[in-house]
Formats: sequence, C-alpha cells, structure tokens
Amino acid sequence: MRNVTQTSPSRVASLKERLRAGGSSRRLYETLRHHWADYGVIVAFIVLVIITASTSDVFFTERNISNLLRQIVPNGLISLGMLVVILTGGIDLSVGSIVALAGILSAGLQDDIPLALAILIALAAGVVAGAVNGVLIARFKLAPFIVTLATLGAIRGLVYVYSDTPQSPTNPAFRRILGGSVGGIAGSLAVATVIMVICYPIIWFFLNRTSAGRAIFAIGGNEEAVRLAGINVERHILAAYIISGLCSAMAGVLLAARLGIAQPSLGSGYELDAIAAAVIGGAILGGGGGSVPGTFGGVLVLGLINNLLNLYNVQSYYQQILKGVIIVFAVLARRKQQ
Amino acid sequence: MTEPLLQMRQISKSYEGTRALRGVDFSAVAGEVHAIVGENGAGKSTLVKILSGAVRRDSGEILLDGRPVEINSPFDAHHQGIRAVYQEFSLVPHLSVTENILMGQMPVTRGGWLDWNAAHRRAQAVLEEIGFYGINVRTPVSRLSVPHQQMVEIAKALLATPRILILDEPSAVLSQEEVTRLFHLIIRLKQQSTLVLYISHRLEEVFEVADRITVLKDGELVGTVRSEESNQTQLIRMMVGRTLEEIYPQRRSQAGEEVLRVHQLSRDGVFENVSFSLKRGEVLGMFGLVGSGRTQVARCLFGADQPTSGQIFLHGQPFRPKTPRDAVEAGIAFLTEDRKRNGLVMTCSIRDNISLASLSRMSRWGVLSRRQQDQQVLAKVRELDIRPPQLQRLVRQLSGGNQQKVVLAKWLLVRADVLILDEPTRGVDVATKVEIYQIIRDLAERGVAILLISSEMPEILGMSDRVLVMREGHVAGEFSQEQATEEGLLALAAVGSQVA
Repeated sequence: MRNVTQTSPSRVASLKERLRAGGSSRRLYETLRHHWADYGVIVAFIVLVIITASTSDVFFTERNISNLLRQIVPNGLISLGMLVVILTGGIDLSVGSIVALAGILSAGLQDDIPLALAILIALAAGVVAGAVNGVLIARFKLAPFIVTLATLGAIRGLVYVYSDTPQSPTNPAFRRILGGSVGGIAGSLAVATVIMVICYPIIWFFLNRTSAGRAIFAIGGNEEAVRLAGINVERHILAAYIISGLCSAMAGVLLAARLGIAQPSLGSGYELDAIAAAVIGGAILGGGGGSVPGTFGGVLVLGLINNLLNLYNVQSYYQQILKGVIIVFAVLARRKQQ
Repeated sequence: MTEPLLQMRQISKSYEGTRALRGVDFSAVAGEVHAIVGENGAGKSTLVKILSGAVRRDSGEILLDGRPVEINSPFDAHHQGIRAVYQEFSLVPHLSVTENILMGQMPVTRGGWLDWNAAHRRAQAVLEEIGFYGINVRTPVSRLSVPHQQMVEIAKALLATPRILILDEPSAVLSQEEVTRLFHLIIRLKQQSTLVLYISHRLEEVFEVADRITVLKDGELVGTVRSEESNQTQLIRMMVGRTLEEIYPQRRSQAGEEVLRVHQLSRDGVFENVSFSLKRGEVLGMFGLVGSGRTQVARCLFGADQPTSGQIFLHGQPFRPKTPRDAVEAGIAFLTEDRKRNGLVMTCSIRDNISLASLSRMSRWGVLSRRQQDQQVLAKVRELDIRPPQLQRLVRQLSGGNQQKVVLAKWLLVRADVLILDEPTRGVDVATKVEIYQIIRDLAERGVAILLISSEMPEILGMSDRVLVMREGHVAGEFSQEQATEEGLLALAAVGSQVA
C-alpha cells in the first residue's frame, strides 16, 4: 500500500524546529535526567582515572594502557551479547562455558585443519550454543535463567569431554595475528582490542537503527504488546541468544590466542562480570532498559578497577568486594533516578 | 447531622504530571453507605486509595472523628480500622483461602506451631458469617472462580469489623444473586455503624444501596446528593458535564460492502457459534458484561488465539490467522483492552510505540529509515494531538488519555481495513474520549470497518451503527441503531435472568 498521508520533509523539519525552540533548556534537562545512568558511568570512569593517574606513575604508561585495553576484551565482547539478551528481558548464564568451548575448539582443531576453518568452527559452536538457548527459551517458553543455567553446566561438561587437559595452539599464526598488536602509529594496540571496539558500533547500529533491534528493545518492555503488534517475538529472542553465543565465542577465540593456551576451565564466572558491566551501564534485568555506550562504560569501569588494584597489588578478593559495592550503587542510582 | 466520621480536606494527587485529584473535600458519617461515582479517570480509585494508604497524597489532610490522622501506608490505615477491597485482587494465588483471609493473623498452638484446624474453622466462620457459602477454605485461591476470589477478598477485609470499609467496584465480577448477598452484608455493617464507601459505575446499584452519592469529575468534586432526592439523569449530567449529543459525533457514513464475516466461530469453553458480519464504513458495537467472550472473539479474529471451529471470511476469502502477524498483514488492527498489559511498551518512547506495528514497512533490508519513521510518526502525533509532541518521550510519562492515543496512532499507522477496538476509552478523560469518538467516526467515513467492543452503554449507543449483544459466549441478539435502547441491551446481556 502506498503512503497516502505523505508529509513533506520540509514541514516535518519546521515542526521539529518549533519543538526544539519550545523549551530547549527543558529538553536538555530532560535529556540529562533521562541519561543519568549513562553519564553516571562516565563520571565514575573519570573519577577512577583521576585517582589512579594521580597516585600511580605506572598507570599512564603505554604498556599499562595497552594491557588494560587487552584485558577488557573478553568481558567487552561478552557484555555486548549479554546486553542484547538482557534487553529482551532474558539472561545468559552460559557465556563462560561458551568461551571455553570456542577457545578450546579453536586451539585444539588447528592441529588438524586450516587455522581459518578451526576458528570458523569455534565461532559456529558459539552460534549453535546460542541457538540452543534461544530455541529452548523462545520456542518452548522455558525460563532463561533455568535454560542457561542448564547449558552452563552442559557445555562445560562438553568441553571436558572434548579435552580435560589444556590445548595449546600449534599454528604460530594464531598467536601472532589474533594475539598480536596492530603496527604503525597505534603502537602496541592489540588486534583483539580493535576487533572488540569495532563490534560496539555494529551492535549499536543493530539495536537502534534496524527494525529487529527496535523490536528487541520493545520485547523486554512488553513482550505481549510486541506480539500483538504483529511481530515474530520468538525469532527475535532466538536472534538475541545467537548474538550472545557468537560474542562469547569470539571472546573465547581471542582469549586462547592471547594466553597461548586454552584450559577447559577457561571463562568460569565470566557471566557475572558481563551482567555487572551491563547493569552498571544502565541495563535493567528483566528488560526495558540498557544501552551500548553505557555497557562500554561498565566494561571500562570494571576493567579499570581490576587494573588499578593490580597496580597496588591488592588481593583479588578485595577487587570482588569493590565490584559488588559498585554494582549495588549503580542499581541504587538508577532507582533514585526513576 | 452528627459529626462526620471521615473528613478528607483539600486532597490533591498527581501521577507523572497528570493531575488525578485537585483539592477534593469529602466527608462521610458513621453508619452510612456513601457511593462515589464518576467516569473512568475521574479520580474515584485514587481518592479511596489515599484513604487506604495504598497511594500517597501530595497535599491535604485526613481527619477521623475530627482528629487529623497520618495515613501513609496500608498498615497505618489498618491501624485506624480502614479496610479496602480493590478492583485488583490482593490475594496470594498459591496460598489457601484460609491463609489469605487470616494473613498475618494465623492462630498458633502453645508450642508455637500453626494451628491449622483452628485456622480453617476461623476462616470458614468468617465466610459464613458474611453469607458466603460453598467455598472450601483449604483450596488454593488460584483454583477459585473470580466471583469466589472476590468473596475471599471481602472476607479478608471483614476479619474484624472495620470502621470504614472501602468497596471498589465489588459487583463487577459478581452474579446478580451474589450482589444481593453483598447488599445484605452492607446493610448489616451499616447497623454496626461501619462507614461503607461504595465505588461503582452501575448507577442502578448505587441508588439501591447508597444513602448519599458523591460525584467526581476530572479529579474534582462536583457535588454530593442524597440518593432519594436524585435520579440517574441528574447523576449522569454531573458525571459527564455535558449532554450526550455533545459527546458523540454525527453519523454520516454509509455502510458499504461486507469486509469481514464470522461464521459459527467457536473456541472451546470460551465462546460458541458466534456469527456476524462487518461492512465497510460501519461501526459495529459489541456489548456484553465482563466475561461474555467479546475480547476472546476479537483475539481469535486477530490470530492471538485459535478458534476450535467455524470460519472467518475476509473480503469474501476464507481467513484463518495463525499469529497476530498474519492478521496485521491481512489488514486487521486490534487495539487491546488493557493498554498497560498488552498495548504499550511503557519503557519505550512514543516513536518506538507508534511505529511498532509498522517497523517492517519503514525499513529496507531490515535497516530502519529514521527519516520515514519520524515523518510518519510525527504526522500521527499531530493528527491525534498527542501531548507533549516529543517523539523521544517515554510513554509511561504520558497521561492515560495520551497513552491511549499512542496505541490508537500505532494502529492508524498500519492503515488497516478492519479495526477492532476493545474498550478504546477506558481510563481516559472526557475531553480525550470525545476526540477518540471523532477519530473513530472519521475512520468509518474513510471506509474502515470498525468493531467496537465496550461495556459502556452510552458509548455503545452513541457510536454504533449496529449493536451485537454477547452473553456467556453466545451472540444473544442484534439491534439496529434505531432499535437499540439501554434497557433492551442490558436485558439481553445480563447473566442468567432478565434484569428488572
């Protein structure tokens, strides 16, 4: 059917003008209020940087920064997938096991088959794992928590069945390329970091500028309303878990390349950091809120805390306590905002 | 008159920018049944929820026996002897009737264990004392019928004789006989000098049970009348503030060819052998009491539920939607009854909500055209005068009337041939109602076939070209616009017997 009620672009533009003119300061205030959570993360980030920079002379060294950016890659990727899942109102606890599955497959298979194929199979395994989660949740209407708790265990078991000993990558190109650095002016910027950074605008575009992305946002707010708007909800939920599986698999492959070894225990407990990053970045468990920039902020804040406390040789137990405190504050701040 | 038991002075309350109550002064005496009436959104529920501590007032004071009291939570209200039975139940579904009635007051043995036998006896006694029989107190509440749940809810409030009992639309889910028993109970409470605040939109009922009637409109108090000195016409004028001719637009459209035909459609246990046809440019009203199966028929037409037998014809072709998606693609739109539950995504913006059903039409290869989206959404925002006209604004920050317009805009954007409207003016103010009626009329004139489901009699009578009456899952009858009268419709729709 053709568009009958065409409104000319110029008329729309002039109306937009008028809207903007009618209370621009109020609009700014509204925007600030609306995005408090995003900015809250930025504030936390800046405060952390200032504290660290003023107390440590190691922090701003090229070595430390590139280390930091390298360390946040796994959580950066997993959190991105986790965000998509959380937006639908779900949760993915199986990400850590998928990291191990992809890591150990990419490291173990490259002995027998070409490297590219090994990596492809590892990523495909992540997609399949995500699809299994998605089908059980969307099609069979099982609770996401239960389903991914089950696959968390099952996939970890599968990893041990495949190999209960660490797999070492035999193809030198694996470590050299994926575990290496970008040359030139970027100096010691890791390839893995570049890959992760590229994923952010892609997912942002997907969520904000595609019909599927908007539907995913809406599903978390009110699944039934979306279904009754004539949208195939099952397919979108399935897509969300596949994205999460793929992101985790990428994290697994890059992690194996960086470490030069893939333990079957790789990635245990990663789901917690990913959930934490998304929540610090403003995501609402149960759906209905969250953003890509916010999640990136959450990843950075968590990475900085680790980095900072490492610089001061603080035991990792304290890091966990601090992380817990920050998560609680992030959620409280959001509550206050509402 | 004696000193009022309850005085509420200058009560005001706003929700997210919408004024629900402005400076309401209300008083009532002990041993009185005081009805509060008004249109949807007039502020009745808000007023009593402030009294029962479920909602916090923004300003104003509450006096009991002439002394100011602080009621900031349901706990405070209980403490003052105020109990409330709301439209939405506050029962715990998987607990037994006994546990629900005695919640927080379960008897214990000397050893500190729960005394189940005593508890069940006590709950049974409470139910029988107020005249409700036939409920097994050991069953979980979730297995009871809705009327029985309502009785449990009432029993819970009457565990101890309250000083003030609030009944918010208690009869909505009860049968005629059960309502009679409820009235007997109210009379007994009156004799024990309880003040009963009775909220209902069934005016006959109000005149039957109430001593005095207070009318609210748009959050303000219009007046209080003694029921024997008033009548329904006066009350309606007070509630609406204008006559019916000013509310409903003139009919100008002529019904065209048949668009939708439903033949012997059934869904097991819900409705049976429903047949009707819907023509181009026609508004077909569907009237019936709650639970008569109207919404369920609509859901089957829309593919949200599956009928067990029967046929649907769309433009003369057999049509059997498997999902809402099929229906939307075939040109059917369905504005659902409960916008919060299944109409709107409260956490999303006006833009996202209005474009939700048209996303695929606004994108190419799955990528949204922001320009097209804004153009189309903005056109609807202007057409329906949605305020504020900020596309980024979250819908949960809008007033009820504007929220309803957003849902309507979503379906207008789809440009459907068949528009199903399920209670399209529930919970919106009168001004918005009039606007929505005008939109419905305009759509009919443009040739859209409209199925208007409503429990509001004036709305059905004022808007419909034809009226279909449903009762207990059957089509009980059909009226042309000229034949349709309030009495005629009610007589057909009423459950079980003809109402007097």
